[in-house]
Amino acid sequence: MLLYISKRLFQGVFVVVGISILIFIISRVVPGDPARMALGPRAPQYAVDELRREMHLDKPLPVQYCYWFSGVIRGDFGKSINTKRPVMADVKEFLPATIELALFSGFLFIFFSIILGLLAARYRDTWVDGIIRALSYTGIAVPAFVVAVILMLLFGYVWPIIPVLGRLSSDITAPPVITGLITVDSLATGNFTAFFDALKHLLLPSLALAVGPLFQEARILRSSLTDNMGKEYISVATGYGISGSVIMRKYLLKPSFIPVVSVMGLDFASLMGNAFLVERIFNWPGISRYGINAMLNKDLNAISAVIVIFGAIFIVVNIIVDLIVASLDPRIRLGGK
Amino acid sequence: MNKEPIAKNELNRCRKKGLLSPSAKENLRIYWYKFSRNKLSVLGLFIVLISIFLAIFAPVVSRYPQHVKEFVDYEKANLPPSASYFFGTDIFGRDIFTRVIFSFRGALLMSVIVLSIAVPIGVLLGLIAGYYNGTWIDIIIMRLTDVFLALPPLILALAIAAVLKPNLTSSMIAVTAMWWPWYTRLVYGMATALSKEYFVKNAELIGASRFHILFNEILPNCLSPIFTKMALDVGWVILIGASLSFVGLGEQPPTPAFGQMISDGARYMPDLWWMTIFPALAIAFIILGFNFFGDGIRDMLDRGR
Repeated sequence: MLLYISKRLFQGVFVVVGISILIFIISRVVPGDPARMALGPRAPQYAVDELRREMHLDKPLPVQYCYWFSGVIRGDFGKSINTKRPVMADVKEFLPATIELALFSGFLFIFFSIILGLLAARYRDTWVDGIIRALSYTGIAVPAFVVAVILMLLFGYVWPIIPVLGRLSSDITAPPVITGLITVDSLATGNFTAFFDALKHLLLPSLALAVGPLFQEARILRSSLTDNMGKEYISVATGYGISGSVIMRKYLLKPSFIPVVSVMGLDFASLMGNAFLVERIFNWPGISRYGINAMLNKDLNAISAVIVIFGAIFIVVNIIVDLIVASLDPRIRLGGK
Repeated sequence: MNKEPIAKNELNRCRKKGLLSPSAKENLRIYWYKFSRNKLSVLGLFIVLISIFLAIFAPVVSRYPQHVKEFVDYEKANLPPSASYFFGTDIFGRDIFTRVIFSFRGALLMSVIVLSIAVPIGVLLGLIAGYYNGTWIDIIIMRLTDVFLALPPLILALAIAAVLKPNLTSSMIAVTAMWWPWYTRLVYGMATALSKEYFVKNAELIGASRFHILFNEILPNCLSPIFTKMALDVGWVILIGASLSFVGLGEQPPTPAFGQMISDGARYMPDLWWMTIFPALAIAFIILGFNFFGDGIRDMLDRGR
């Protein structure tokens, strides 16, 4: 098991280096001189040359990459053209909001997909199953940004009971920053009004992100449950007189979760991608909104930082998913084929 | 010279006894049977045919083709859906129905171009890496694929489209750049397994060229998963393309695109709801159609059942 983890971690490091090269190439493909772009069109030529030397732009590309990557390792992505601050400071400010959103949304889709999947399998081929199937098709076909716009319409205008913009209402003072996740911070300081307000603000954006994967995973759980129900070892266990709940917990759920967990890993990737659009719609002050603004303004340092960070997060999530699958599936854990 | 009809009869007799593989016509019937067993696949095929028809004949089908260019008619602006404007008009008095149909056209064109570039590249690299399994060629190609697959797809596409000029071509380049690795990985697994099979070993012993082995021995055995994935991917490419154009990295106005129409319309919610809801429904319609169609293709090419 330890060998498996260290192997995965090693691969992860390798891939992060690969991503950094890819990002570096993408950001250098752009026509135009980064030094000139940073200083603006009216800056004198000697200042631009000075900055070029400072940014090591006068050196060959591989050397430039080495300078850039050594900065990245130290957490130095350079300055953002947009906010005129070090990119890392921006990241520290905006990343917690996105993590809070992703975690809450992940919690929503994991929790509800399991419940709905169990329901669909229990009442298969009835109207419950039918409704969940129809909703799963909708989940495939309706992009997250459309769900976001529709939720915005419903709760922003038609039925304004839930706030639709930002992380906190303006009349509520934010709790002191401990982790940066407002829900956690307000709970830690015992500030329950802020906690519930933050939770209300979280609800719609995370729902917009969770709706798509939610129903699809319910479907996958349902089909792997019904597949496994037909297996002989379940009949054998029933024949031995083992009680239904033990069979469920010990023999049925465990193998059925393997495909679901793998798909959840993939869905988390699409969730992070969709966060770029959803944060923009709900004006959620997270790293994705920061990233999309950087992209629209060609703020290269900020773009590279956001992508490297998302790549790293995705790799960590994948490793976690692999570990969960390995712990569920002895064939992987013990390295057999 | 009149041997032919007898030979044909003989052939048919053998076929009926199941001694020969079925004729092309029978094959078609079997395929259709497998495809149409699921009613949703037939619905999918129907939607796909409609959208292809609309895309090709967009200038003929739509009533106001001039509305996709720079066009302003403030007297007809902000009209709700009616008999002359099925989906209503936008703030410039342009017919939403016409613009949705032309968006179909752009979206389909985009997925056709993206897939016809990304699939051959991905398949070729997957074949090579799978055949030269374990060598440095395999390692380079597959690690490169890992890097591309390690980023959430939409993020990579956004980044590439962002550093290029914002237009349809850039968004196509961006989506193509993130799409090939999926095919490389798909084909890699199959090619690795196939290159250990006896028929490939035989071809090697006879002295067949590498080209022949890759394209005539291995590739034909990988085709049905590739086609299945392509049919499913058309919908995904359209979705990613719509997401790009939603943030303004795609087709630029006045030429319409789904994402751009939805983001424009969202500003006039809820009064001008038709500006957003109809393009959104159109995207859902087309993506659902291609998904059902892709499922049908999978059932059809699945040899097991």
